[in-house]
Amino acid sequence: MHTNPTSPLLQLGGMQVAYGGIKAVKGIDLELYRGELVSLIGANGAGKTTTLNAIAGSLKIAGGEILYEGEKIHVLPAHKRLRRGIALVPEGRGIFTRLTVEENLRMGAYTRNDTDAIEQDLERVYSMLPRVKERLAQIAGTLSGGEQQMVAIGRALLSRPKLLLLDEPSMGLAPLVVEKIFEVVQSVAKEGVTILLVEQNANLALEFSQRAYVMESGKITLTGSGAELLTNPKVRAAYLGEAA
Amino acid sequence: MEIFLQQIVNGLVVGSVYALVALGYTMVYGILGLINFAHGDLVMVGALTALQTMMFLMGVAPGMSPVAMLTLSLLVAIPVCMLLAFTMERLAYRPLRNAPRLAPLITAIGVSFLLQTLAMIVWGRNYHTFPQLISTTPVQPIEGVFITPIQITIIIVSALMMAGLILLVTKTKLGRAMRATAENHRVAALMGVDTNMIIALTFVIGAALAAVAGVMFASNYGIAHYGMGFMPGLKAFTAAVLGGIGNLGGAMLGGVVLGLVESFGAGYIEQATFGFLNSSYQDIFAFIILGLVLIFKPTGLLGERVSDRA
Ligand SMILES: Nc1ncnc2c1ncn2[C@@H]1O[C@H](COP(=O)(O)OP(=O)(O)OP(=O)(O)O)[C@@H](O)[C@H]1O
Ligand SMILES: [Mg+2]
Repeated sequence: MHTNPTSPLLQLGGMQVAYGGIKAVKGIDLELYRGELVSLIGANGAGKTTTLNAIAGSLKIAGGEILYEGEKIHVLPAHKRLRRGIALVPEGRGIFTRLTVEENLRMGAYTRNDTDAIEQDLERVYSMLPRVKERLAQIAGTLSGGEQQMVAIGRALLSRPKLLLLDEPSMGLAPLVVEKIFEVVQSVAKEGVTILLVEQNANLALEFSQRAYVMESGKITLTGSGAELLTNPKVRAAYLGEAA
Repeated sequence: MEIFLQQIVNGLVVGSVYALVALGYTMVYGILGLINFAHGDLVMVGALTALQTMMFLMGVAPGMSPVAMLTLSLLVAIPVCMLLAFTMERLAYRPLRNAPRLAPLITAIGVSFLLQTLAMIVWGRNYHTFPQLISTTPVQPIEGVFITPIQITIIIVSALMMAGLILLVTKTKLGRAMRATAENHRVAALMGVDTNMIIALTFVIGAALAAVAGVMFASNYGIAHYGMGFMPGLKAFTAAVLGGIGNLGGAMLGGVVLGLVESFGAGYIEQATFGFLNSSYQDIFAFIILGLVLIFKPTGLLGERVSDRA
C-alpha cells in the first residue's frame, strides 16, 4: 500500500487501557519502525502484557490511539488485526492443549489459503524448531514448557506477521531453552519481521534489541537504545539486579 | 431371543434421535459452557415446519412422490431451524456472553417457553397427524424381529449425519477452528478466527441436526404438537450428560445407551415391578440415569473432566 516506509509501522499515541475502572496503562506513546526489534521491560504489574494485548486486540483501549501502517486499528477486533499482520505470542503461550502440535501450528495459518506456501512455511518452522517436528501428532497439552513456547512462536510465524508481539517468551524456561528461543527470535528479526518483545529478563532483552522502553506502573519512564539502557545506572538498579 | 433383538432395534431407533439432538446440546456447551434448554424446541419447530410444508405440497402438487415431498419438507425445515437458532444466539445469548452463568441459563429456559408459545399460536394446541411418507409396515429381517422402513431410515440418516459431523469437526479447517475456539476464544481470535461466527455456526449446525431429528421423530410416531420437543429435548440433554457433556462422541454414545436402556426398561418394567408400573412409565429411566450420572460420575462416560464452568 502507499504508506511511507519511514513512518512508523506501529504508533501508540496516549494509549490507555483499563480493567473495570482501574487504569493499568495510563497513556503511553511508543513507536516501532519496520524491521526493528524493540523491547519493553518493567517490573511485575507494570502493564506490559496489557499493552501487548491491547495492540493485538484482546483488550479494548480506554483512550488514545493505536496507529498501524498509518491507520487507526484500535477499532478492529482481534481477528481482523491478525489479518493485517499483527501476531501475538501471548503470556503463558496460549497453546490449544487439546489439539495436536500440528493442528496448533496450522491454526496459525488459519487465515491463509495459499496451501503450497503454508506447507513450505511449516517446513521452515520445523527446520528452525527440530524438536517440534518430532512431536507433530502429540497432543500439545502434553508438551514441555519449552516445547510449548516453540510451538506458540512457530504458530505465530505461520500467519506471516509483519509485526510480532512476544510476551515473555523466556518465562519459566531453562537457560539453554531460552538461548534457543532467542536464536529463533533473532533469525525472525533478520528476515525483516518487526518485533516488540516483552521480557522480565532485561539483560537478555536489552542485549538483543535496537531500542527499548521501560515501563513503570502504567507509564513509560525511559527509552533509549538497548546499549544505552544496559549501562543506565537506574535501569541496572531496578531491572538488572545491581545495587545503585 | 427375538424379544431381546427387538428391544435392541427399538432402542437404536430412539437412541439415534436422542443422539442427534444431544449433539446440539453438547456442541453449544463445549463452545460456550451454556446449556441451551431451548434446543429441544427446535425439534418441534423442525417437525411442525415440515408438516406445514407437506400440507402445502399436498395442496399444490397432490401427485408428488412421498420421498420428494419428505425431502422438500426437510429442505424447508432445516433452514428454518438454522435461522431460528442463529437469531436466538444473536439476540438472546450473545448479549449475555460475559454475564454471570445463571443469566444465559434462565434466558435459555425463557427462549424455550417463547418458542413453545409461538408454536402454539401458529399451529394451535392440538395434536396434528404427521404424514408417514415412508412406510410404517414392518419387515422382518429376522423371524420375529420387526423393523419398519422409517425406522431403518432413521438409523441410517442419523448415522450418516453423525459421521459427517465427526468428519467436519476432526478433519476440516473449520472443525479445527471450532475446537480451538471451544478451548480458548481469546487465543482463537488471535489466530484470525472470527469466534462470533464460529459460535453462531455451532448453534446453526446443532439446529440442522435437531430439525432432521424432529422430522424423523414425528414420522415415526405419526404425530406432531407444539410441546413435542420437551421430552426428547430433556432425554437428549440426559444423553449428553451421560456421555460427558461437551464431548461429541459422548453425545452419540449417550444417546444410543439411553435409547437402549429405555427400550429394555420398557420391556421389563412390568415384570420387575410385578405389574405395578407398565411400559408407559419408560420415561423414568432417563431421569434415574441423569440422577445416577450426576451423583456418581458427573463427567459422564467419555468426559475427561467436568468443566469448572459447570
Ligand atoms: N484481567 C485483569 N483484571 C484486572 N486487573 C488486571 C487484569 N490483568 C492485569 N491487571 C492489572 O493490570 C496491571 C498490569 O498488569 P500486566 O499483566 O499488564 O502487567 P505486566 O507488566 O505484564 O506484569 P508481569 O511482568 O507480571 O507479567 C496490574 O496491576 C494487574 O494487576
Ligand atoms: Mg505480563
